[in-house]
Amino acid sequence: MSYSSILEWITFHNPMDNPFYPFGDLYNLPYDWAYKIWEFLGGLVAWLINLLFPGNVVSTWLISDQVVNVFALLLFMLIIFLVVFVGTLLSLWEERKVLGRMMDRRGTQVGLKGFLQCVADGLKTFMKENVVPKKVDKMTYMWTVSLVIGTSVLIACMIPLSDRWFVVSYDTGLLIIMALFALAPFFILVSGWAQNNKYSLIGGMRAAELMISYEIPMLILIGTVILMAGSFNISDIVHAQYDTVWYFIPQVIGMITFFWCSIAESERVPFDLAEAEAELVEGWQTEYAGMKWGLIMLADYFRGYVACAMGVILYFGGWMLPGIGDLNNAMPEIVFLLKTWLMFFMMIWVRATLARVRTDQILNIGWKIFTPLAVINLLIVVLLKFGGVF
Amino acid sequence: MPGDVYQAPTVSEIESILVKEFPSLQVTRTEARRVYATADRDSIFELCTFIHDNLNFEHCSSLSGVDRESTFQVVYHLSNYENGVMIEITSDVPSDDPRIASVASIWGGANWHEREAYELFGIVFEGHPKLERLLTPSNYEFYPFRKSYKLRGQE
Amino acid sequence: MMPEPEIKLDSMNTDRMTVIMGPQHPFSHGLWTLKVEVDGEIVTDAEPIIGYLHRGWEKECENRTYPKIIPMADRLCYSASMTWSHIYCMTVEKALDVDIPDKAKYLRIVADEICRIQSHLMWLAAVGTDLGNLTVFLWAMREREFFLDLNVRLCGARMTTNYPRIGGVRNDTTEYFDRDCMRCVERFEKRLWDIIALVDDSSVFVSRMQGISRLTREQVANLGVTGPAMRGCGVDFDIRRDDPYDGYDEMDFEVPVLKEGDTYARYMVRIEEMFQSCEIIRQAMKKIQDMPRSAPYRLKVPSAVPEGTHFARLEDPRGESLMYLISDGTDKPYRLKVRSPIFVNVSAAKPMVQGCRIADVPAVMAMVDMCLGETDR
Repeated sequence: MSYSSILEWITFHNPMDNPFYPFGDLYNLPYDWAYKIWEFLGGLVAWLINLLFPGNVVSTWLISDQVVNVFALLLFMLIIFLVVFVGTLLSLWEERKVLGRMMDRRGTQVGLKGFLQCVADGLKTFMKENVVPKKVDKMTYMWTVSLVIGTSVLIACMIPLSDRWFVVSYDTGLLIIMALFALAPFFILVSGWAQNNKYSLIGGMRAAELMISYEIPMLILIGTVILMAGSFNISDIVHAQYDTVWYFIPQVIGMITFFWCSIAESERVPFDLAEAEAELVEGWQTEYAGMKWGLIMLADYFRGYVACAMGVILYFGGWMLPGIGDLNNAMPEIVFLLKTWLMFFMMIWVRATLARVRTDQILNIGWKIFTPLAVINLLIVVLLKFGGVF
Repeated sequence: MPGDVYQAPTVSEIESILVKEFPSLQVTRTEARRVYATADRDSIFELCTFIHDNLNFEHCSSLSGVDRESTFQVVYHLSNYENGVMIEITSDVPSDDPRIASVASIWGGANWHEREAYELFGIVFEGHPKLERLLTPSNYEFYPFRKSYKLRGQE
Repeated sequence: MMPEPEIKLDSMNTDRMTVIMGPQHPFSHGLWTLKVEVDGEIVTDAEPIIGYLHRGWEKECENRTYPKIIPMADRLCYSASMTWSHIYCMTVEKALDVDIPDKAKYLRIVADEICRIQSHLMWLAAVGTDLGNLTVFLWAMREREFFLDLNVRLCGARMTTNYPRIGGVRNDTTEYFDRDCMRCVERFEKRLWDIIALVDDSSVFVSRMQGISRLTREQVANLGVTGPAMRGCGVDFDIRRDDPYDGYDEMDFEVPVLKEGDTYARYMVRIEEMFQSCEIIRQAMKKIQDMPRSAPYRLKVPSAVPEGTHFARLEDPRGESLMYLISDGTDKPYRLKVRSPIFVNVSAAKPMVQGCRIADVPAVMAMVDMCLGETDR
């Protein structure tokens, strides 16, 4: 076979024309990028191989529909994760800077207005000795922490950033995310037990105690939003808000309660009982050293990001802004992330202002304040529904 | 303990009452808001109970052990919260038989002071609830604040 | 907040667990251990263990001449160094039977009260971290820095000041010190309200402190607890007012006393004491300003101290500190006993934390304001 131009190998198709396109009839932007990146890279490799061995099967295999789809999916995962990762690092940076200013100091100073501090921290924790205490139940010890970090990263990636930026879009999306979100306390409980350390044990118990206090009002609140929007699908909820009003207006009680519940869910001050460093050293994380600890810390911020993102989706119109019409299609992901960081700002503010509450107090707050408020909120929504307002 | 109860006894009142109630007690000198006395070690518990109950000295400021080489001493600094008067009672404890009654049951605050005097001087406080070493390691077999314990520079 | 449900310790048949908090634990500000026995989260027993920092301070003093002990007295507590060297000098002056010049008295009062404010701010910072809030910590530390700067202006050092001398003080005020001192105090009185707004106006902070570790007046007096912890429990006694020393009888100030006896009352007493200290600084500075610049501030004293036993006591930021001196006519003390307020206050840890939750232990022990230098000596 004669020399074939590179342009014959690198062709940019519409991924939706691929018969193996995994998202049905929904357009997916990161997948589109991943598809095009692979078509370029794979095409380049295929062209090079074809130069050396004209007419081989590998070249055609590399740019066949199936293979492009597989590699595009791998790249797609990478893109999704990187965006969430950078977004989380930005919220970490935001916390450091904003908290610093609130405490009358400067916050981090390392590179790019302090952003590169997280790189320094990552390197530092990575270089630390990986200490595993002798008497821990090693398998449980390692698995639970991996699962805590794993589920946190998984749900962070599963949050859709817009109609075109999602991993899966199906009708129970919200429920799946909430179910995975609520898993971590179980792992923390088991992990606290596995570590053979009293601080960890008390920390693990507290995580369970904390969960029974906030989980019920939180689920009632989510149910209320679902009732109002009439769908479990995140995209539908966002569009329902765009069509009517952002739900924090009819559900202002629900929004405030959800905000506090989500702080508890992401275990931040004032509800960071499980790792209360004043009395429990580092709570359930006491025995985790080095990069394990670093990843736990990162997972905390992933959870913080998820909590804020859920708040934005449920009450602040997700990635849509009212009154700007088709401009919503321009950069909905950026709008969503900005709203998330704004929400995170509120969490930082709370952290700078409040002290840590006690275990009995969080139970009291959860059962005597949050749950009734959630039920009242539900009643209001039911009345609005029956009144035909929504 | 019989006798009148004084809420805020003055220095002269304290002097006369103590001398009357405890013949073995000697008031060595008095100053404004200060009474200095010496007492026999056998009467120390009754004396302290009397001072606490009848003279309203609620607070045991300090309890010091002293090594006078010929003898040990235990010095009590007691204070009254009503008028700021303090009594200093010095009690000799023979060094071959360093035992004295504990006042920890009268003033809870004397508890650790007695433990300290025990571990540093070897004075045994009889009736103390937990006479163990506090500041020094529990396996020490010597009493570092005795004058017979020489520091490195003194040898 | 909500009323506290009554906790019955014996009604639950559960195993107890001993948690050893310390010696390296975020709540133990220094090296000490609190052995806590918990039933679930409720503390049933507690035993403080100290001695990690025992230096044999009193024995060391027996080998040193009198002036050499002043810098050592500074090292008894890093944040109350001024009061410790002050009480030492006072004791020796009593043994020498000298009356120090008026100017020295007022300078000591100013220095003591600066020390008290900065020590209380250090405590406030620690309370912030113990309750899980870093903002209080940083704000209090920021304010403390101004008082450390005042220390620098007066004595040339930030913390271990080495300022009082037997027979007076080391130096007169530096130029413009009075102006800076007044400014600093005035600014501080305004800024302290920021911290009060952050802590006292927040129901979370208040609910963490209110109602826990309640002690009665009799308990506190018997346990020998002194200082703000005692006044928060209703004992109306302040050595500065009731047993005055070094010119405090000329000062006009109030002693904050609260009857509640819980952690919050102990907190409030310390906050109020800071305001009163500002007032005392102002009055003492006024007296210094009225004096001629050339007024003496130090007496020459002999190096040998006549034989005798003497003691003096003083209101430390943390409680009653007392020194008992036995002199034998030489230039070295025969015995110098230090009564440290925290040594006794921390011995009362068991009644303080019993029945609290483990989360309350840092909050309760923060009110003791631990400083291990003077506890272990």
